[in-house]
Amino acid sequence: MTKIIDFQTDPSKYRHWKIDYDGPVANLYMDVDENGGLFEGYELKLNSYDLGVDIELADIVQRMRFEHPEVKVIVMQSAKDKVFCAGANIRMLGGAAHSHKVNFCKFTNETRNTYEAALADSGQNYICAVKGACAGGGYELALACNHIMLTDDSTSSVALPEVPLLAVLPGTGGLTRVTDKRKVRRDRADVFCSIEEGVKGKRAKEWRLVDEVIPNSKFDETVVARAREMAANSDKVDVAQGIELTPLSRSFTADGITYSTVEVVLNRSAKRATVTIKGPDAAAPADVDALAAQGAEAWILRCARELDDAILHLRNNEKELGLIEFQTQGDPELVIAHEALLLANKDHWLANEILQYWKRVLKRVDMTSRSLVAIVEHGSCFAGPLAELLWAVDRSYMMLEEFDGDNRPLATVTLSDGNFGTYKMGNDLTRLETRFLGTPEDIATLEGLKGQQLEADAADDAGLVTYVYDDIDWEDEVRLFMEERASFSPDAMTGMEANLRFAGPETMETRIFGRLTAWQNWIFQRPNAVGPDGALQRYGTGMRGEYNMERV
Amino acid sequence: MIDLINVSYDTQIPNNVNLSQDKKVLKALEKWHPGYINWWNDLIPQNFQESMVYLRTAVSVDPKGWAKFDYVKMPEYRWGVLLAPAVEDRKIPMGEHYGEPAWQEVPGEYRNMLKRLIVIQGDTEPGSVEQQRFLGLTAPSLYDMRNLFQVNVEEGRHLWAMVYLLQKYFGRDGREEADDLLVRSSGSDDSPRMLGAFNEETPDWLSFFMFTYFTDRDGKMQLESLAQSGFDPLSRTCRFMLTEEAHHMFVGETGVGRTIQATLEAMNKAGITDPYDINKIRDLGVIDLPTIQKKLNLHYTLSLDLFGQEVSTNAANAFNYGIKGRYMEQRIDDDHKLQNDTYAVTSVKDGKIITEDVPALTAINMRLRDDYVRDAAGGVGRWNKQIAKAGIDYEFKMPHEGFHRQIGVFSAVAVDPDGNIMSSDEWHKRKDEWLPTKADGDYIQSLMVPCYEPGKYASWIAAPKVGIDNKPGDFEYVKLHMA
Repeated sequence: MTKIIDFQTDPSKYRHWKIDYDGPVANLYMDVDENGGLFEGYELKLNSYDLGVDIELADIVQRMRFEHPEVKVIVMQSAKDKVFCAGANIRMLGGAAHSHKVNFCKFTNETRNTYEAALADSGQNYICAVKGACAGGGYELALACNHIMLTDDSTSSVALPEVPLLAVLPGTGGLTRVTDKRKVRRDRADVFCSIEEGVKGKRAKEWRLVDEVIPNSKFDETVVARAREMAANSDKVDVAQGIELTPLSRSFTADGITYSTVEVVLNRSAKRATVTIKGPDAAAPADVDALAAQGAEAWILRCARELDDAILHLRNNEKELGLIEFQTQGDPELVIAHEALLLANKDHWLANEILQYWKRVLKRVDMTSRSLVAIVEHGSCFAGPLAELLWAVDRSYMMLEEFDGDNRPLATVTLSDGNFGTYKMGNDLTRLETRFLGTPEDIATLEGLKGQQLEADAADDAGLVTYVYDDIDWEDEVRLFMEERASFSPDAMTGMEANLRFAGPETMETRIFGRLTAWQNWIFQRPNAVGPDGALQRYGTGMRGEYNMERV
Repeated sequence: MIDLINVSYDTQIPNNVNLSQDKKVLKALEKWHPGYINWWNDLIPQNFQESMVYLRTAVSVDPKGWAKFDYVKMPEYRWGVLLAPAVEDRKIPMGEHYGEPAWQEVPGEYRNMLKRLIVIQGDTEPGSVEQQRFLGLTAPSLYDMRNLFQVNVEEGRHLWAMVYLLQKYFGRDGREEADDLLVRSSGSDDSPRMLGAFNEETPDWLSFFMFTYFTDRDGKMQLESLAQSGFDPLSRTCRFMLTEEAHHMFVGETGVGRTIQATLEAMNKAGITDPYDINKIRDLGVIDLPTIQKKLNLHYTLSLDLFGQEVSTNAANAFNYGIKGRYMEQRIDDDHKLQNDTYAVTSVKDGKIITEDVPALTAINMRLRDDYVRDAAGGVGRWNKQIAKAGIDYEFKMPHEGFHRQIGVFSAVAVDPDGNIMSSDEWHKRKDEWLPTKADGDYIQSLMVPCYEPGKYASWIAAPKVGIDNKPGDFEYVKLHMA
């Protein structure tokens, strides 16, 4: 699977989903094109999905927020008879390299989290109307919705058949949401997750697997009524007009990608990518109306979109580059000003959406399984949302004092209000709270530094960077770090970093990306699932997986 | 009147499974029984419930004398639980357990799959009774009415047979599934039957005959393959059901044949030789051959859909696990494991119908469908002989397997009865040439007038050659209760 995967799409290109907009309600229909698989070798039967289907869904969710802010309730449903969704395509999984499986699961998990959180973040409530078989990843799609309605036609059921059928886990949040979100009793969850055919009708409600079971003859009208009712009760402010998410300005070369605010340079021999974010080159919009008029052209939105795309591209298409280096260039004051407009107008829909989007993009960085380093050079603008990168990465290096022949402004770090609650991590703490888990009193001290451009000494004292080096040591120290990093085992690095990044409390999100994903990825390496005689490989042949019965 | 409280199962339900000693299953069946009787009573029009019908009742599994004929009111029919005699030392005939002793209990790892197959089979049995519930009102003769009711009560018994397996071997889940079999109902919005063909109406008697010929033949093929099951109680159950199923297909083949016969005789009598002279032929009160062909096209293709996807993981699993075999498994000369074999499957690639070899295990459905097509062709040939004998230049044809399909590779393309792929627009423009139109249906419906006098037949259908149980032509097969 060496094909370049592009995460950019738009409604004119959708093959797998259809949307009907009906005022505050949007009906989102899954209608997967069997022949529309991202790769050769499998057909997407029975509304099964691959990464391509999920890329469209992620695009829909994103555009729903920015282009259709009038929508308050989204009803996810199937356009196919007798099947809601059969889950991730098994032949695709069976044929995919381990790394593709892992990246696929990560992206689908991020998409599930994104629409699940759309209610809290954006006032857009995803609810789910299940008719027909809803199995595995299909039920996981439903689980990430906030209200599940199941038809009672004595056939339709919800199921997580991965364990009995495929010897893998329901890894797109399934196991976690069953216990943590829906709070299904663990013994019932055990039964539910080990039976192929799932649970239907009243028992599905009794076991908390769905919220409502509705007689089939009343189902469609009840779904419509429920959606209208929820839209009417929504406290989301009415918005007349969204903004268009225009295509990104983006050009690929052999050694990198150039966006309008982001430059990616690929250094393949050193197994490293450098992502340089360019700060705004103009003053912030005067007010939110001016912001809305700029729309997708506004620096702060454009930058988030481009950074998001760059991260996804590196994750999926540049797997050999084990180290991602973040740099910024620009005027920190301007970054702060652009962010300040949003923070001052949090109750404006667009300001809110852009801040929430930055939260998601930064989480995407947290969740990227590469060694991450921030290089804070002179002339950089690690301020506000960009300063978050300093605490998302595994280490940071900052230039100290003047460098010979370098006339750029001295490197600084600038804290803003945004760093104290706007961009929370998956563990529901800010990056600063996570960083100073042992000394929470430091947070108050840091709040006192807001707005100051902290030079290296001050940043070092405040604990905001790992190392500060002057002209004498800089080049060697940075080079040594990068060479050392490139020499370690990528597996050990990924494991170590993933453990160190998410200190503090567990949330459903950290449990999904930590516990569930780690177990799934272990199983994805085991012969019982993926060996030539494993269940995943044999699925569809009629032959059962052969298991090594040793418990490990 | 049945005593619903203290049903004496040993006398009320003929069985050879030692029910009276099996207290657990007895209790479960007792709980299920009132629901079943309610289902039956709500279903069949009341005057037929009270009528005395000359039915055969299975009373033993002895191939020589397994049934006896007598008048009985349908609600008092003795729905027995009967399994074909156990084959001593029976071995699993296919799949990875080939040659191992057949299972007398459900193997844990296959419990769900077995249950699902039994539920799907069980769901079809009451489904057809529901589809045919009003046909008694337009029966073309008492003979035909009796055959209808015979088919109905036997489908009811087949439901009993499946329910017995669910109750006996599948614990609480099985009991819930047994209850759901009475909840689902043909054509219902709230809980339709599981398979599409069993939610279609059976609006007239020609449809009934086509259904029993084509759709019950799917049932036969399914039973044949379940009769191969490594789960011995299922195998024995299905083997006995097959003895009854033969009568259903007899009703179908002779029903269509007698319909054709009436048409041929009327044409000859009126001196009409052109089978396409439809209006003149219809003026004679019989159904013209081209319309019969359209009905054949419809029912045959609906039945092909029942075989599922051509390439199927579920079917592959069921075969390999030893749960469901092929038609006449024992007579097939191969290793019965199929792990390295291929089978030719039709598919559509780049707008063309092609044949490609796929792993044989995954093509089990396709193979059964091929066997079905061969099996179904026999009766069609006999109908054509009838036509030839009458000197009319006409032949029935089985349409191409790609025609009018909702399931499988052909569901995505429009194919005419000769197997030509065409645009969907073109197909819809021409479909009235191939499938019964509303006007065809209305005409057939206009012929559906009851004929309740012993020995008499409606205009559109000929008398049978031989009576049931060798009874004379004017035998009163149903003593109608006309309150």
